[in-house]
Amino acid sequence: MTEIKDFLKTLISLPGLSGYEEPVREVISREWQPLVDELSVSRLGSLHALKRGISPEPRPRILLAAHMDAIGMMVTRITPEGLIAFTEVGGLDPRILPAQPVRVFGKEPLRGVIVQPSDRLLPPSQKGKPVEMKHLLIDTGLPAEEVRRLVKIGDPVAFDTEPLELPDELICGHTLDNRASVAALTVCLQTLRRATHDWDVYAVATAQEEETLGGGLTSPFEIRPTLAIAIDVTFAKGPGVNDYRGKTLDGGVVLGWGPQSHPRVFDDLKALAEHLDIPFEIEVYPRASGTDAYAMQIVAEGIPTMVVSIPLRYMHTPVEVVSLNDIRRVGRLLAEYILRLTPEDVQKITWEEA
Amino acid sequence: MSPATSAPQIGENQIALLEKLSNACAVSGDEAQVRRIVLEEIKPFADDLRVDALGNVLAVRKARTPGALRVMVDAHMDEVGFMIVEDDKDGLFRFVAVGGIDERTLPGKKVLVGSENVPGIIGAKPIHLAEEGETERKIPLESLRIDVGLKGGKKVRVGDRATFATRFWQSGVALFGKALDDRLGVATLIELFKNPPENIELLAAFTVQEEIGLRGARPAAYAFNPQLAVALDSTPANDLPVWDGSENIFYNTRLGGGPALYVADSATLSDPRLVRHFAQTGEQMGIPFQFRQPGGGGTNAGAIHRVREGVPSLSVSVPGRYAHTAVMLARLDDWQNTLALVYHALSRLEPGILQR
Repeated sequence: MTEIKDFLKTLISLPGLSGYEEPVREVISREWQPLVDELSVSRLGSLHALKRGISPEPRPRILLAAHMDAIGMMVTRITPEGLIAFTEVGGLDPRILPAQPVRVFGKEPLRGVIVQPSDRLLPPSQKGKPVEMKHLLIDTGLPAEEVRRLVKIGDPVAFDTEPLELPDELICGHTLDNRASVAALTVCLQTLRRATHDWDVYAVATAQEEETLGGGLTSPFEIRPTLAIAIDVTFAKGPGVNDYRGKTLDGGVVLGWGPQSHPRVFDDLKALAEHLDIPFEIEVYPRASGTDAYAMQIVAEGIPTMVVSIPLRYMHTPVEVVSLNDIRRVGRLLAEYILRLTPEDVQKITWEEA
Repeated sequence: MSPATSAPQIGENQIALLEKLSNACAVSGDEAQVRRIVLEEIKPFADDLRVDALGNVLAVRKARTPGALRVMVDAHMDEVGFMIVEDDKDGLFRFVAVGGIDERTLPGKKVLVGSENVPGIIGAKPIHLAEEGETERKIPLESLRIDVGLKGGKKVRVGDRATFATRFWQSGVALFGKALDDRLGVATLIELFKNPPENIELLAAFTVQEEIGLRGARPAAYAFNPQLAVALDSTPANDLPVWDGSENIFYNTRLGGGPALYVADSATLSDPRLVRHFAQTGEQMGIPFQFRQPGGGGTNAGAIHRVREGVPSLSVSVPGRYAHTAVMLARLDDWQNTLALVYHALSRLEPGILQR
């Protein structure tokens, strides 16, 4: 079993733009293979891993979904000088882009940097202001003919920031949203490795969350779980985040409370965290959880869902920060929850009698 | 005089040295990391070597011929960066810029803080929480913090310098690094010092505090009292396309165009005899070079040429894009041609050049 820190650092060193998840999917697949009974890839590219339970058929199923796709960019134009214009995939603040190292996945990966042309080369309206994304360019430093030979419109572009360890189990890098949750799901599977449990466990690394929730809408349809939990990251308090939406970095598991959180599941996870002395905070989301749970809940005839999150600073920048402690806590809480699930629990995840 | 001798070449060792220099942190006023590398590299070759009151490294290589011109060649060791000004607790620190930095390029960068290079980051608010119209406004510097981790603050103090953590990389002919301005000049001067033109007394000044007002070069030039001076620096290649496809008339210099000779910038009118000599050398030796568009900007020549009774001076720069950001870009061929042009031009210098 790979130490989770090393596995996470590998995960955030890999591309895997929404719709182009193959590089990261292969690495997750290798890591999960010894931990589960079956692996498959869905039509849209999500990775499905099944670890069978032991209760009699028809056996209840829990689906744990962590999206593996990354935000990034895509090539839209190559200038005569060999500079590359791009658009965003997933939500990007253009103000974090200038001077950012990137990798362009053309015929071969090319390293480059996002640049803002100087004021004199931009429309007067841009002077001294944040430069709009349509005016930003990627410079590979290579001659124009070389760029045109290797790069075409539509090629994916990924951030190229190396992982950084900060003191006391903090990790910094790009795409910790949501590879941190893939790591937490891996901790859960590692914890369950030699254990038996009643329910079937489907660990799913979903595709395309950042753009279309494509994986979240399709994987549960194929799996038809009794209960589906989305594992994602949420805002940690820090520069730029000071209100109720910010949770504590290294503060423990974040349990989501809102329309995609089934009250019985929420209550059980909260009680279990208290019982196990796993630190946790509650995040309220009044309308929509910005996670796969939002999609999974309305699949087929509807599925009870829950949201479990990891606090993360500087979301959607290449210097996101999470605590490995929080990742381990989320993995452990999910594993302990699964170990306690019985076939009878299916009756609990309901509403008032009709 | 031996114009037939060949100029030193840029090979693996020279690129490795540039990498080491670019990765070192030396914000203006705190140049120790680069100074140590410079001293280590040039010590075996120096006829005279000292570190002056400001921290400039002043090194002399004597001429092998009598009556040689005393030529000061300058390259500044310092780079732009930040100073930590306030401890906000829990590993967060306020900072201000040292040198000219466009604050629009700061969010989302990794930095190194203090003499022990403590890693940190400059984060940004999640786009999800941005209010209507917010992304069209600059993120004010006052709202940014250097974050060294919840418990990382013990190693950081108010007053520490910080700079970008970008590690140098090469991609074909492209060289990327945080401080190529002016480590390209420093690396060039180190090569010249190891392989000096034999006909001049080479007065090498590795200077401090250029980025905050050309501070180091003045006392360095006073101490050397040279007959003429060359400042080796880096200048913007502003040769990107114009947004509407019109001609770029403010390109300053072009990447791949060879070393940039300065005729005039905001601080110096280059000595025309030196401009002519360097240009003729390039033409006669077949070394590509370009004239930097006269205009703003400035180098240490701006301080040097007005020291004592005056020092005829010229600036020669390696063109580069995106100086004073986390990632600067230059070309290997431009660097090689700069080294070659400066070497040959100095080799062909004769005392008569200064006669009116």
